[in-house]
Amino acid sequence: MPLTYALYPGCAAKGATPELYQSTMAIIGRLGIEVQELTASSCCGAGVVGEGEPDVALALNARTFAQAEQLGLDVMTICGTCQGVMGAANKRLKQEPGLLDRINRVLEREGPIYRGTIQVKHLLWIVVREVGLHRLGQEVRVPLNEFRIAPFYGCYILRPSWDLGFDDPENPTSLEKVIRAAKGEPVAYVGRTKCCGFPVILEQEAIAVAMAGTNMKEAKDSGADFMVTPCPLCHMSLDIYQDRAGQAVNANLSLPILHLPQLLGLAMGIPAKDLGVSRHLVPVHTITRVTESRRMQLTDRKGVASHENH
Amino acid sequence: MRLTFTITRFNPETDPRPRDEPYRLDVERGQTVLEALIRIKQEQDGSLALRYSCRSAICGSCAMDINGAEKLACRTSVRKEIERHGRITVAPLRNLPVIKDLVVDMTSFWGKVRAVTPWLSASALASRTETGRTLRPMLLPRDRYQFHNVDACIMCGACVAACTSHEVSRRFLGPAALAKAERFLADPREPADAKRTRLRFLEQPDGIWDCTRCNFCVEVCPKDVQPMEAIIRLRRVAIEAGLARSGGARHITGFMALIRRSGRLNEALMPLQVIGCNLRRLLRVAPLGLRMLWHGKVPSPLAPPIPGIAQIRTIFNSFGHLKRITRADHT
Ligand code: SF4
Ligand code: SF4
Ligand code: FES
Repeated sequence: MPLTYALYPGCAAKGATPELYQSTMAIIGRLGIEVQELTASSCCGAGVVGEGEPDVALALNARTFAQAEQLGLDVMTICGTCQGVMGAANKRLKQEPGLLDRINRVLEREGPIYRGTIQVKHLLWIVVREVGLHRLGQEVRVPLNEFRIAPFYGCYILRPSWDLGFDDPENPTSLEKVIRAAKGEPVAYVGRTKCCGFPVILEQEAIAVAMAGTNMKEAKDSGADFMVTPCPLCHMSLDIYQDRAGQAVNANLSLPILHLPQLLGLAMGIPAKDLGVSRHLVPVHTITRVTESRRMQLTDRKGVASHENH
Repeated sequence: MRLTFTITRFNPETDPRPRDEPYRLDVERGQTVLEALIRIKQEQDGSLALRYSCRSAICGSCAMDINGAEKLACRTSVRKEIERHGRITVAPLRNLPVIKDLVVDMTSFWGKVRAVTPWLSASALASRTETGRTLRPMLLPRDRYQFHNVDACIMCGACVAACTSHEVSRRFLGPAALAKAERFLADPREPADAKRTRLRFLEQPDGIWDCTRCNFCVEVCPKDVQPMEAIIRLRRVAIEAGLARSGGARHITGFMALIRRSGRLNEALMPLQVIGCNLRRLLRVAPLGLRMLWHGKVPSPLAPPIPGIAQIRTIFNSFGHLKRITRADHT
C-alpha cells in the first residue's frame, strides 16, 4: 500500500528552487510515496501575508486544505516555512469553529469549504515516521559514509514547538536520523536550530548574511563537508548568498547545501543530474564526484539490476 | 539520583576565558535547577556567582542557559532536563556581557526598555483634562484595550539572549523592549500623535524591521509573552498608520500584491517590490539575480496566475483592509 498525499509544492519549489521539486519527484516513488499535486494551490503566505493580513493568510490556507480534503488526502509539504505556517493555520482553523465558519462563508462562493479533517506533514516527518528509517535504509545504495553532514533545520519546522509537535526544538533529531540512515555522520553544532536570515534578506541584508555566515562557519569549523536543509528558503539564503555570508564572517565557506530530497536521492543511487544539483550557486561536485563514481561501480557490477527488481 | 552539573565559570577580571566545571550532586525528587545551584554554592563552592530572588518565576532574575536554551532556573525541573537531554549544562545568558559566572550585565537590556519610553506620555494626561472628561486618566477603560499578554513580561532577558537578530546586531532593540513598546501602542489613553511619535521611533533602523521572525523569543519566554507576535502587531500598526516606505513594510505590501495578482510568489518580481527604484540597492541584488538566471533559478516574471485566481482575489477583498491604506501612501 503506497502512502498517498496531496503534494503542496509551495512557491519556492515552483520558482527559485525548482531543483527541490525535481528531486522530490525523483525520490518519493522509491520510498513508497504517491502524490497528487495541488496544482491550484496558492502561496501559504510564508508568514509575510499573515503579518499584514492574518485572516487573508488563514483563508488562503483553508482554501488549500479544502482542495486536499476533496481528494481525501493529508497534505505533504516540502518546505519548512510552509510547514510552520500551514501547520499553525490548520491548528487554529480546527480549534476555532467561528473563524472557520467565517472563512468558509467566503470560500463556498467559488469552491469547496474546509471541514477541518486533514493533517499537514513535512516530507522529513513522513520519511522518519511513516516511511520509516528501516525502509529508507533498505533503499540506500550509495552510502554517504565518508561525509560529515551538518543538519540545518530552519526556524519554522521547529518553533513554536506547540504548533508543530514533531521535533524537540532544543534537541531535534529527525535530520540526524535521516543522515545516519544514509550512512553519513551528522555534525553536532549549535547553529543547526538557528535562523538563516532569509525573511529579511532583501531589506536587511547585513543582518541576514551575518546569521547565515555565522551558522555556516560554525558548521564548517565543526568539520562539515556539506549541509542539508528541509527548507528551500534556508537553501536560498545559504546557497545563493553564501559568498556574501562568507564575507560577513571573514571566511571562505565553499559549503555545498543540499535540499533534503537531494541528500536522500544521492544515497539512494539516483543520478545527480536527476536531482537538479547543477542549479545550485555553490558547486556540489565534492559530493557528487564520490557518489557518482560509487553509483557507476554499482551499475557496472552485474546483478545489481536484478537485485533491484526483487 | 547523583548527577553531574557542568557549569560554565568565568571571572572576566582574572580568567583568560570561560571554563566548564563539573559538580557532582545528589538531587532529590522534584528539585529545580536553581535549588541544585544554591546547594552547590552552599555545600561545594561558595565562589559560584548566580542571581536569584523569588524562586518562583516572578522576579525574572534567574534566567540562564540550561542545556543550550534560555530558561528560568527556578522553574526548570532537574529531572525533566535529564529526561530531555540526558545531561545538565548551565551557562550564563548568551549575547550579554558576563559579570561573573552565571551573572550577566543587563545594562543594555534596561537601556533598550527605557529607550521605548515605557510610560504614558504626558499628553495622555493633558488631553483628558482639556476635554474636561471625568474619566480618571490613569484608569483603563475596561473594554477598549487588548494587551494580549505583553504586560506579563518579568524582564528576565531570556528572549534577548536567544534572539538571533540581536546575536549579530547588538543595537537591535530586541524582543522584550519591542513587546513593551507594543503595550503602550495598544493603550487607549494615549492620543494618536503620541502613538505616531512612538511608531516613527520604532520603524527606524534597529527597530521593528530587524526581527527575522525566527520564533526563538516566542519559544523561550517563560511567561508566554510571544514578543515576536507583538512585533508583528507593531509592523501592522505602522503600515496602517501609513509608515509604509521602509524595506520591511514594502516587503509585506509587495508580497501581498504579488499573491493577489498571481496566487504565488514570484521571486523575479519580489526584489522590485521591496527595493523599488533605489538604483544603488538594485545594483546590489543584480549580480545575484544574474547568477540565479544562469543557474535556471529565476522564474518567468510573466508566469500566469494559478487556477482559481478569482477566489484568491475574493479572499483578499473579503478579509483584507490594508490595500487602500498602502496604496494611498505610495502615491
Ligand atoms: S522572532 Fe525576532 S525578536 Fe524574536 S528572537 Fe527572533 S529575531 Fe529576535
Ligand atoms: S518577554 Fe518573556 S523572555 Fe522576554 S524578558 Fe519578558 S518574560 Fe523574559
Ligand atoms: S528566582 Fe525569581 S524568577 Fe527565578
